[in-house]
Amino acid sequence: MGEPVLVVEDLSVTFALRDSEVRAVKDLHFSLSAGETLAVVGESGSGKSQAFLSIMGLLARNGRTTGRAMFGDVNLIDLERRALDLHRGRDLAMIFQDPMTSLNPTLKVRTQLTEVLVRHRGMDEQQAIKEAIEMLERVGIPEPTKRANAYPHELSGGMRQRVMIAMALLCRPKILIADEPTTALDVTVQAQMLQLFKDLTNDFGTALVLITHDLGVVAGIADRMIVMYGGRCVESGSVDALFYDPRHPYTLGLLNSTPHVEDRARRLNPITGSPPNLENLPKGCAFHPRCAFRFERCFSERPELVSFDSGRAKACHYQDELTYEESAA
Amino acid sequence: MSPSGELLRIENLNKSFAIGGGLFRKPFELKALQEINFSVRHGETLGIVGESGCGKSTLGRCILQLLRPDKGRVLWLGTDLAALPNEEMRKHRKDLQIIFQDPLASLNPRMTVGEIVADPLKTLMPELPAAKRRERVLEMMEAVGLQPEMINRYPHEFSGGQAQRIGIARALITEPKLIVCDEPVSALDVSIQAQILNLLSELKDQFGLTLIFISHNLSVVRHVSDRILVLYLGRMVELASGDDLYGDPKHPYTRALLTAVPIADPKRARQRNIDALQGEIPSPINQPSGCTFRTRCRYAIGLCAEKRPPLETVGDARLVACHRWREIDAIPVEAEVAVAAI
Repeated sequence: MGEPVLVVEDLSVTFALRDSEVRAVKDLHFSLSAGETLAVVGESGSGKSQAFLSIMGLLARNGRTTGRAMFGDVNLIDLERRALDLHRGRDLAMIFQDPMTSLNPTLKVRTQLTEVLVRHRGMDEQQAIKEAIEMLERVGIPEPTKRANAYPHELSGGMRQRVMIAMALLCRPKILIADEPTTALDVTVQAQMLQLFKDLTNDFGTALVLITHDLGVVAGIADRMIVMYGGRCVESGSVDALFYDPRHPYTLGLLNSTPHVEDRARRLNPITGSPPNLENLPKGCAFHPRCAFRFERCFSERPELVSFDSGRAKACHYQDELTYEESAA
Repeated sequence: MSPSGELLRIENLNKSFAIGGGLFRKPFELKALQEINFSVRHGETLGIVGESGCGKSTLGRCILQLLRPDKGRVLWLGTDLAALPNEEMRKHRKDLQIIFQDPLASLNPRMTVGEIVADPLKTLMPELPAAKRRERVLEMMEAVGLQPEMINRYPHEFSGGQAQRIGIARALITEPKLIVCDEPVSALDVSIQAQILNLLSELKDQFGLTLIFISHNLSVVRHVSDRILVLYLGRMVELASGDDLYGDPKHPYTRALLTAVPIADPKRARQRNIDALQGEIPSPINQPSGCTFRTRCRYAIGLCAEKRPPLETVGDARLVACHRWREIDAIPVEAEVAVAAI
């Protein structure tokens, strides 16, 4: 792995409500290296999207971010909007689940693409168009010259997603944040997209953050992963470590909830209950109401995130081996 | 019931939609389903898979007569539902129910849970006294894991998983024989998805249900189905038992779909050489000649453009529509290593 390109420390996000406050993310720490793919996994309301929207300065108006997101010597969290604009789109880019709502429906694809190049890289129109069409080709759009003149609604879902990826990559960002980029796509198109992401990290050294709930996608592409629950990181480490030797009951629960295409016989062993409401998080460990391994301490005392082995961490009081079958029975 | 235990038989079902068009312009014909033939046995789960736009939801709706097929028969225990007038069809509605993808959107926000679950009984079995109806509602709520005190709450107070449980209770209350599940877990979180899948399989045993399970998620379909039907551009390309289909797919499209499914196992996922299917589904308005899959098929030859492959029977129970299914195994392609790994 290369140099760290982003170091995040103590990142917290809160939203002001009429007469209360909701904490969406609390004390998130991680670093991201060049060419690395980091998966951020969790269910709805885990804070996985809000954490990265906050780094990009894209939170809703009532949102507030504290902590540090160091891009080199610059703390992105402290930057004014204009100063942040120098980095957004150029050094960090983000793509979203729904490409239709992220593209401007009234502008042709070429206009949306060249805008980025003219603004961030000071190209003239001619040069920018050439570069944009090259990028469309790079992301696997057939007949790129023709497609560049299309409006977003004239393209299929997979094609739109590619346009958005092309746009994000035009400035060769050091960091690409992809929020559920393949969830809305069919499996065949999803496989094409994931291959594209792999090529990008290999060829350009782009660091990729993949926000997803799909462990199948994570297994195929990520190097490291962070599992979030109730706004906090509950386990982190290499993908292999977490898949083959999960130490947090929630990570284990997610793995056991995933149906496998190769083997049918196994009954799924899901986590009981639903993800928590952030306005009313359980006391102690936020996961305890759904946990098969809880004991008294979990009800009152929140477990800290503790590092162990090399590069692993978990936030759980339970120290024995997690043997799910027995405890569930 | 027929001796073979056959509940439902679909014969040569076709459905088209007219789109576009105007006062002086002829509309386009979108052929959503063509020449669909299959049967469903009592107690089995039939999975229907395919990419967006392949016609899988249209098929589900044509079975329930929520959409009327243009041509063909939908034989329910020997009666052709497609030929029945709406009034006659109502008599069968309690036997055939449906669960939808978006649980919150499919529940009326102005009705309480009790009213929602009771609604099919009110409409389809109006002779039932109110007290009896309430009793049935509570029974169903218990069966799907909802607490009785939730009966007076409104849908917005529920999470997606609970809302889907309400939808299931509503489908179950008329004691149906067959339930069409149209992407029932696609909108749910992973842990909730697993809960609903387990619930469906328990209810299937408890109530002796037959399920038609429509989904684009091949892992989920694999998990629940006995037999699986693969659709491409509104046509059947393969029908086989789950084990046969996943262990030894015959149609090139089935093979391509299976290699594209992400495997939740990092080491095996890395070894796998994902050679994704190129391109996207052609427009259903302007379908390719011959085999409609040929434009994306690595094995396509001249014949595939000229003649549509018939649905052939393989062994005793499999069906496949491909000119070259017999030879494909012998054609060396590097990426086929990936298929072998599944």
